[in-house]
Amino acid sequence: MTETTTMQALARLVPEGSRVLDLGCGDGSMLAYLQRERGCSGYGIEIADANVLACVRRGVNVIQLNLDEGLAMFGDASFDVVLQIDTLQHLRNAEVMLRETARVGRTGIVAFPNFAHWPNRLSVLRGRMPVTRRLPYQWYDTPNIRVGTYKDFEALAHKNDLRILDAFGLQEGEAVRFLPNARAGTAVFHFERSA
Amino acid sequence: MSFIATPQSMHFPDALPLQSGASLRDYHLAFETYGQLNADRSNAVLVCHALNASHHVAGRYAGQDKSEGWWDNMIGPGKAVDTNRFFVIGVNNLGSCFGSTGPMHAHPDTGQIYGADFPVVTVEDWVHAQALLLERLGITQLAAVLGGSLGGMQALSWTLQYPERVRHAVVVASAPNLTAENIAFNEVARRAIVTDPDFHGGHFYRHGVIPQRGLRIARMIGHITYLSDDVMNEKFGRQLREGLDLKYSTQDVEFQIESYLRYQGDKFSEYFDANTYLLITRALDYFDPARAFGGDLTQALARATAKFLLVSFTTDWRFSPKRSREIVKALLDNRRSVSYAEIDAPHGHDAFLLDDARYMGVVSSYFDSIAKELA
Repeated sequence: MTETTTMQALARLVPEGSRVLDLGCGDGSMLAYLQRERGCSGYGIEIADANVLACVRRGVNVIQLNLDEGLAMFGDASFDVVLQIDTLQHLRNAEVMLRETARVGRTGIVAFPNFAHWPNRLSVLRGRMPVTRRLPYQWYDTPNIRVGTYKDFEALAHKNDLRILDAFGLQEGEAVRFLPNARAGTAVFHFERSA
Repeated sequence: MSFIATPQSMHFPDALPLQSGASLRDYHLAFETYGQLNADRSNAVLVCHALNASHHVAGRYAGQDKSEGWWDNMIGPGKAVDTNRFFVIGVNNLGSCFGSTGPMHAHPDTGQIYGADFPVVTVEDWVHAQALLLERLGITQLAAVLGGSLGGMQALSWTLQYPERVRHAVVVASAPNLTAENIAFNEVARRAIVTDPDFHGGHFYRHGVIPQRGLRIARMIGHITYLSDDVMNEKFGRQLREGLDLKYSTQDVEFQIESYLRYQGDKFSEYFDANTYLLITRALDYFDPARAFGGDLTQALARATAKFLLVSFTTDWRFSPKRSREIVKALLDNRRSVSYAEIDAPHGHDAFLLDDARYMGVVSSYFDSIAKELA
């Protein structure tokens, strides 16, 4: 999900000049964009060697860490924004990391593939797991070990006392605010810890 | 084939006050430089060495095959630290036995060989001396300071002692201080040297002997800690030195690993100075920038303004990734610019001297970004 329009749609949620922690920052393109276009600063967290190298190459601060080991290195509310863009679905401890996101960041932004998007539902109705542009893997070799929907995340956020500041779907880089659970391939949540 | 390097030496008549309260005067620093200092003197990179290395970082000496510097795989024309773009300086530390003033040299007052009377030098003292050399070379600010292991400690110390003179610090396979276990290894090595009958309280030069037995054992234990269990097993396993039959001897060399360690020990004892070994391991033990801050590394690093790259190796148990992460955390707490790569290399602590595409790639990319700032 590195398409420019999607990245821009998510970047709009990040206030200018924010201190940002990007969990699972990939090749660092989002952080580079936020630094360049919105005057942000911060760090990415990555586990993959190739991505760490790509971040260093583009001048993005990157810390090589396994997110499943937690965020003990980071203090409470030490960032304005913590991003989890297409990261949650790869985490064994997705709920713990969501809580950690809310602890370390004043606000959090989570984006992940919405399994309830209608083409996925159709596929399951036909009896097969979906293989789409957004979820391009076969069920037996997918790195997406956490499969959830827009509505599922609402429930998880509620359970963890997160206050949702904004939530919408993303499809082809456009915000989907009407029936996002069915109409969007990507779910986006902007939240903070309840006081 | 590497380029030709030429060692140089600079004399410093004035006394260098040392952390211990003692001082050194009339000392020499051996150094080498590679590449060209640019017009605005902004492309200087200082390379700090670890225990048994020197100012001969890269290149080779004229007419001497196999005389490549200890980090020749990292530094040179077109390499990760590209001497076509950077002016690289390697300095031999005080107390060493490779050219700079050390225990094998004569005290300027008495004309006697220092031996055990050479003052204790610390990482901070070394950095101070390096800074004086750079002043004499007309360098007021480093593009980067770079070091591995004990060299990484010097790089870190640079950012604390002279924060305004360092733009980037690259700290590889290092630590904010030594753990008890690490000091323990050093102590075993020192005891081996000091209890050698040929040590003579550190004044063995007068007796025309060298405590080679002690040095051999010191090197053997050091060498074990620089490798990983996996690499040792892969390289030697339980291979016997000769044939397939056990000798049932307690004193003969039986296993290949024994033979290897003895060989390494022998080689080392022929070129390394016993007093230098004691001095350098002590400098390692003493380094602890957090000590003045009640052990709070975050407070200790608050002075650092440089941008950092830290690299550690997963199988390094002498300077484990955990120790590098402590430095990363303290820098994060201070909101400093920092990147950290944890390289999954099999070679233990030695990995910082070896070729690994991921390691070289990260360092190379980091220096690319430094080079872009020069333009």
